[in-house]
Amino acid sequence: MTTSTVTQTDSLKVIRSIWDWIRRIPPVYPVFLVIFIAVGILNHNYQTANGIMTFLRRVSPLAILAIGEMMVLATGGFDLSIGSIVTMVVIVSSLLLHNDPANALPTIGIMLGLGVLIGLTNGLVVSFLKVPSFIATLGMMLLVRGGALYWVGGAPQGYLTDNWRSFGRDYLENIPLLGRVPYALLILLVIAVVAYLIFHRSNFGKQILAIGDNVRASQLSGVNVRLVRTMVFLISSVLAVIGGVMIGGYGGVNVTIGQGLEMQTIAACVVGGTLLTGGKGSVPNVIFGAFTMEAIFNLLNLLGLPKPYKDVIQGLIIIGAVAYVSLSSRKKA
Amino acid sequence: MATTSVPRNQVKQILSAIRIPPVYIFLVVIFILGGTLDLLFSDGQMFTNPAITMNIVVRSVALGIVAVGQTLVIIGASIDLSVAYLISVTAVMCSYIMQGDANNVPKAILAVLGIGVVVGLVNGLVITKLRVNSFIATLGMSLILSGLINATFSNYTGSVPQSFEYFGYGTIGSIPVSIIVLLIFVVAGWLLLTRTKFGAHLYGVGGNREAARLSGLRTDRILIGAHVICSLTAVITGLFMVSRLRSGAPWVGPDGIYDLESIATSVVGGTAMAGGKGGVWGTLAGVLIFGVLDTTFNQLGVNPYLKTVLRGVIIVLAVASYTFRAKKEAA
Repeated sequence: MTTSTVTQTDSLKVIRSIWDWIRRIPPVYPVFLVIFIAVGILNHNYQTANGIMTFLRRVSPLAILAIGEMMVLATGGFDLSIGSIVTMVVIVSSLLLHNDPANALPTIGIMLGLGVLIGLTNGLVVSFLKVPSFIATLGMMLLVRGGALYWVGGAPQGYLTDNWRSFGRDYLENIPLLGRVPYALLILLVIAVVAYLIFHRSNFGKQILAIGDNVRASQLSGVNVRLVRTMVFLISSVLAVIGGVMIGGYGGVNVTIGQGLEMQTIAACVVGGTLLTGGKGSVPNVIFGAFTMEAIFNLLNLLGLPKPYKDVIQGLIIIGAVAYVSLSSRKKA
Repeated sequence: MATTSVPRNQVKQILSAIRIPPVYIFLVVIFILGGTLDLLFSDGQMFTNPAITMNIVVRSVALGIVAVGQTLVIIGASIDLSVAYLISVTAVMCSYIMQGDANNVPKAILAVLGIGVVVGLVNGLVITKLRVNSFIATLGMSLILSGLINATFSNYTGSVPQSFEYFGYGTIGSIPVSIIVLLIFVVAGWLLLTRTKFGAHLYGVGGNREAARLSGLRTDRILIGAHVICSLTAVITGLFMVSRLRSGAPWVGPDGIYDLESIATSVVGGTAMAGGKGGVWGTLAGVLIFGVLDTTFNQLGVNPYLKTVLRGVIIVLAVASYTFRAKKEAA
């Protein structure tokens, strides 16, 4: 009698601890899994390693953008300039390449330099001129888009060389088990690990969250708010350049390639559990937030919905995701 | 002596009641700078031709009306990113229902005003009852509206009857009707904010929502009200646009970047994005600054892409001109 009750409570305890563990899994993972399985059922390509790798090739750039945006959001700011940066990278590169593969690496170098410059400017304008980041990066969005189009004379000149495009388009062949692995995924993995270490394992990451939680308190406890703020905008811009190279590699030259990407990225962050008021964010969660967004688009495609309805669904999803989080945590919106 | 001082006092009183924001100095400076550049590098019509000056204002009407609504929402510490597509929906639905027939005008106007109320209500309810961040709630609404309008219409659809073009092109005496409408909206917004309980409560909600709630305000209703008003101003802007364009297309709203520009003009006019501070007269100045810049660039024949660059720089500098002294860190 007694022994049986003991084992019963023990097993209850085990079940409860497993349940607790399950409950702590961020909702983005089960949601992604369900949608991805639905996609796999509807399209048999996704049941093969090759199909999954194709999917990962396409989503990696969005995930990279989301990591950068998440760091800005975690401080309580916004970066609206990343879509324009992607457009700039693609159309200005097509000009600077002069259709010569030898120019690929110098061009990417120049773009990274511009990314640093843009991020630094965003950060300094927010930190020192105290312009709200929404307005500062909105201005930067107009500046970068207009500047890039002015530079190339209104329309893209030339094309993107194959070696420039390989980062977003090509695969590492003959990998055991997986068959082939896209470079885009490898780049994402490297960036994700570095970003994880910076955001979750370093003092700097804790300072980012502290600023998002309470600027004044973090300032009083010795955080260099201006430096940290400037750094997150810098990170966001540089990651936008890297994402831009991959998006251009995958999609080719197009003046509207980056349009609306900042909103899509913010949506991916939100689906990944990032709070827009700052103070909360996670690198792996936003990566899966980006995956989830893309999986949903795939699902809608497979269901044969015309493109405009994708916008409707995207709108419903981000509202639903935020409503779910804020209603379940009862935090002020 | 005494007879002249009475009206002067009254003028002073009215001026102090309106509380002319310092941004008007900025507006005058920009106008003089733009006009001087025009004089030096072009035909100098900005100073000499009143038609051009009038044109600055007419071009500001579309942005100005919706910016009044946006200012109310921002004062309530909220934001509305759905106005651009609501303008598109209004313009398209309006010309689609009217089909060039004057008999359909009341029906069309009622329909779009109804759409405006629904959109504003949904925005407000999602923000207050579902506790969704206003940025996301209205961004989502914007995506929903854009999807619906792009799925249903793909080009200019229908047309407005000639009588309806009166709103966009008509004049009373020598003053365009549209300018009078803009002024009515600015004055109405000002009265609403400064002379009504709703306005006072809105500042309270924007300043500190929790404190406002604890002191007994129905904060949710106030915010929902502000969102409905904002959506209605977007509808009026849509009506103005379609009466100018004679037909509506799904891209008229987003092409004018009315969502971001209405926010930018509010902030340039001194309304704090954190809420609780600001007013519609400042916003009007912000809108006029944008109009003056547009006209200056056109007069000087600035490359359209360079225009976008300059516009971005000027938005940031205008806001920076009074935020950089603030002690508080921006977010």
